[in-house]
Amino acid sequence: MAEHILESIQLFLPEIALTVTLCVAIIADLILKERNHNVAYVVIAGLVVTTIFVFRQVGFNESIFSDMVAVDPFAIFFKVVLLLSGFFIVFFSIKCRELDANKKRIGEYYMLITAMMLGMFIMAGATNLLLMYLALELTSVASYILAGYTKRARDSAEASLKYVLYGAISSGMLIYGVSILYGITGATDVYGINAALQTGDFSPLALLTAGILIIAGFGYKVTVAPFHFWSPDVYEGAPITITAFLAVASKAAGFAMMIRFFKVSFIDAELLTAAGVWDIIAGFQWNIILAVMAVLTMTLGNLVAIWQNNIKRLLAYSSIAHAGYILMGLVVLTDQGIASIMLYFVMYLFMNFGAFYIAMLISNKLNTEDIEDYKGLGYRAPLVCVAMAVFLISLTGIPPTAGFIAKFYLFAAVISAGWYGLVLIAAINTVVSLFYYVRIFRNMFLVEPQGDTTPVTFSFSSKLLVFALLIPTLLFGIYFKHIVDFAQSSVKMFGF
Amino acid sequence: MMAFCIAQIPQWLAEPGLQHFLIISAILFSLGLLAVITRRNVIMVLMGIELILNAANINFIAFTRYSTLSLEGHLIALFVIILAAAEAAIALAIVLNIYQRFSTVNVDEISTLRE
Repeated sequence: MAEHILESIQLFLPEIALTVTLCVAIIADLILKERNHNVAYVVIAGLVVTTIFVFRQVGFNESIFSDMVAVDPFAIFFKVVLLLSGFFIVFFSIKCRELDANKKRIGEYYMLITAMMLGMFIMAGATNLLLMYLALELTSVASYILAGYTKRARDSAEASLKYVLYGAISSGMLIYGVSILYGITGATDVYGINAALQTGDFSPLALLTAGILIIAGFGYKVTVAPFHFWSPDVYEGAPITITAFLAVASKAAGFAMMIRFFKVSFIDAELLTAAGVWDIIAGFQWNIILAVMAVLTMTLGNLVAIWQNNIKRLLAYSSIAHAGYILMGLVVLTDQGIASIMLYFVMYLFMNFGAFYIAMLISNKLNTEDIEDYKGLGYRAPLVCVAMAVFLISLTGIPPTAGFIAKFYLFAAVISAGWYGLVLIAAINTVVSLFYYVRIFRNMFLVEPQGDTTPVTFSFSSKLLVFALLIPTLLFGIYFKHIVDFAQSSVKMFGF
Repeated sequence: MMAFCIAQIPQWLAEPGLQHFLIISAILFSLGLLAVITRRNVIMVLMGIELILNAANINFIAFTRYSTLSLEGHLIALFVIILAAAEAAIALAIVLNIYQRFSTVNVDEISTLRE
């Protein structure tokens, strides 16, 4: 037992490194007198150490702490995505003017970002329902505070209230569902649940109730309809850096946990029809429920986004729509589908962060988030607006950008599993999404500047960060072999 | 006197079983959900959430008590209690901040973010 714990600690080093970073960030905030972004550098250093530990885990496929956490290629892939987004968010935060009004508490801000990272890391690896719940709560509690970080602003206060209410209700539903599932199966780890469900000795109605309640809990985290109500308001009210973090990292971690939970607990290992294609446990058709939710999510996200004038709110609806596309990959029950979800997240990270970052830069300079105020901006800040155009093209999914490759692999996975209707709806939705992305583009380039026509300039480091996001977005549209291979080889989960 | 009282209790109540606890917890969950949906006062909504969490706790304890399952149920219930406290602390801090900004704790009146 003691040996097992010691071995487990060896494989838990990335999380331990994040915990230490969290503590050091608090202490650094206490010691350092100047109220500037010093703590950010502490957090960056901590993230670098964590990255090193994560890369040392590559190749491991083990379950640690008595089936509490899995260290497998699947978890490591998501940890890499989370680390990338963590780095970007810390850099964004240093640039963000919105946070400067609260400089006295900026240390806490970075501390909470680290806490969120820790929660999301555990979400990516958790194989025990209790740990999944705890990790989800750790992430949520930290993000409730971060959403209301600029607490003097009414928007931000309201965002945090709505977030905490919806979050608490959903997590309550999740834990109630977990309690029923525990009663049915007598196990709390996903492997035990799967083994108990294989026997077929349970009431289907109880399993359905538990399943729907758990889907409600997970669905809130990944913002799929009908559990998405919080997200437009929270995304609009929260500081833009936090909005971007919630839209990418928190969603990625939520999907990682959801995929692992459904793939490990609710599939019938004895009914594997072909390699990479799984069959679900009799009595609970969860993939049909998820398919309906995916259709609802993408349709609703895209249709409502057309009417939005606030760039943050528009991107919020766009990210809801993207969650709908991503959910399709889980519905089809194939390894190919999971691989395409993972690929999608890498591409989505660069293009969505790009769009949020440009919106932040413009908001820093012009103090506006209204799309109407973007008129003629293409002539005043050409570089930034061209970059924004590329990110929007990529979000729509038009070649030669990363977004096209991501959508291509996802749709291919869904088609090869035979869900033609789903792909058709997704394709129509992609066309709809073109409307609102083009509207931003039109305002920037096809409308003459009104009023102020002085050029808007950005600092060198701001531009550098734009390129750090722009280059991958273009590069992965043309050269994507390695990233696809990485995603496909990372599908493997412990035990499956 | 004592024996007389016991004789009056109907058979289905004499020995509390798993079902009784599950029904209690289902009622508690429904009441919590009802409070969340119908109440407009943020504090009342938070109390509804506490009911939901406690319904889950009753389930966990009852399943562990009335079956040969391991002690995990008790353990989870303890964690849920701690988390409920942490969440309530955060939520009340946020509500306090809301009250300072909006001078109200009615969720219907706190809606500047809507188009």
